[in-house]
Amino acid sequence: MFFMIVATLFPLTLTPELSRLRDAAPGVLWIGALLSSLLALEFLFRDDAVDGTLEQFALSGQSLTWMLFAKTCTHWLLTGLPLALSAPLAALALGVPVAALGSMIAALALGSFALSLVGAICAGLTLGARRGGVLLSLLTLPLSVPILVFGSDATRHAIAGTEIAGPMYMLGAIAVLGVTLAPLAAAAAVRIGLE
Amino acid sequence: MLNVQGLHLWRGDRHVLQGVSFEATPGRCVLLTGKNGAGKTTLLRAIAGLLEPEEGRMTWRGASVRDTRDEFHSELAYLGHEPPLKGDLTGRENLHFATGIRRVVSAAEIDAALARTGGTAFADRATRLLSAGQRRRIALAGVLLANAALWLLDEPTTNLDAEGQQLVADLVAEQLSRGGLVVAAVHHSLPLVAGTLTELTLGVA
Repeated sequence: MFFMIVATLFPLTLTPELSRLRDAAPGVLWIGALLSSLLALEFLFRDDAVDGTLEQFALSGQSLTWMLFAKTCTHWLLTGLPLALSAPLAALALGVPVAALGSMIAALALGSFALSLVGAICAGLTLGARRGGVLLSLLTLPLSVPILVFGSDATRHAIAGTEIAGPMYMLGAIAVLGVTLAPLAAAAAVRIGLE
Repeated sequence: MLNVQGLHLWRGDRHVLQGVSFEATPGRCVLLTGKNGAGKTTLLRAIAGLLEPEEGRMTWRGASVRDTRDEFHSELAYLGHEPPLKGDLTGRENLHFATGIRRVVSAAEIDAALARTGGTAFADRATRLLSAGQRRRIALAGVLLANAALWLLDEPTTNLDAEGQQLVADLVAEQLSRGGLVVAAVHHSLPLVAGTLTELTLGVA
């Protein structure tokens, strides 16, 4: 919802010229995606930490790593995936050609998954901090740069009608790296955060 | 079975646990007493593994707790100050969820645990609408359902009426007679059978 509003504000404020909007589209879409994922990230573990259920997760005798991975996947299914699926509406307003929409959805879906994984580590790290929201943004934004670079690159290629495999492979590699490392790091961070 | 030796723990620059040692054996309840701020909650959280002590050694069934964390946790039920309940879920759903992450649990087991702690009447209401005492009764049902050998209870009688306090004492006595262990932080002593109780007063130094 937030993503849609941000993305549609650009045609209203920037210029109504489709050709210029099309140039700005990858940046607009990806920064919109990043900001909206940040908004949701704060609540990834916080509510569970406040009501004490996260503590019970940590003491359940089950692997905290797997539980947090499951939580992160659910978080992506409820925030990242809907964002990728609703992106065509915003993209059309930005003058993205219809032929590019499929690749763009794929890039956003993969990229937002990687963003959720990176975000899970940062959300775990900021769990113990009061006013963790600001700190969370400061931690997550720099770590998201590679995802943003390759994601917007893939979208730019899609709009230009050229091959997007290169940046998509890089996005995929980041996501795989995230899947292998982020849940472990998040579990360690949450254990520290619960102290 | 649970052996704690020379536990030292600092919170910030305060030396809260200054070499705490005790041994808990099956069928016995260790009562942690002491003034506010004496470190009762800190000790319980350190045993549970939620706080990392700076020094000291804890063993469970002879094995170091630190090395066998998941096995230790699967035999542990921890109930802190606040009942760990999701406010939007009903008591029954909370128990299903909390027990479900530990083991497969049937509706009949949950009903039995709720009946034991007197929570049946309000088990189908969202827990944020319940009183603190009612929430605690639901949480106590969760402790029963965990089927754990070791109970760590932090002020288990808080918010409970006189009958509820007796209930906690009865539950603890049942757990002990099953050969379980209980470590509880309390302000008021629990009416327990003599001979099953070890008292450990913290913060005397």
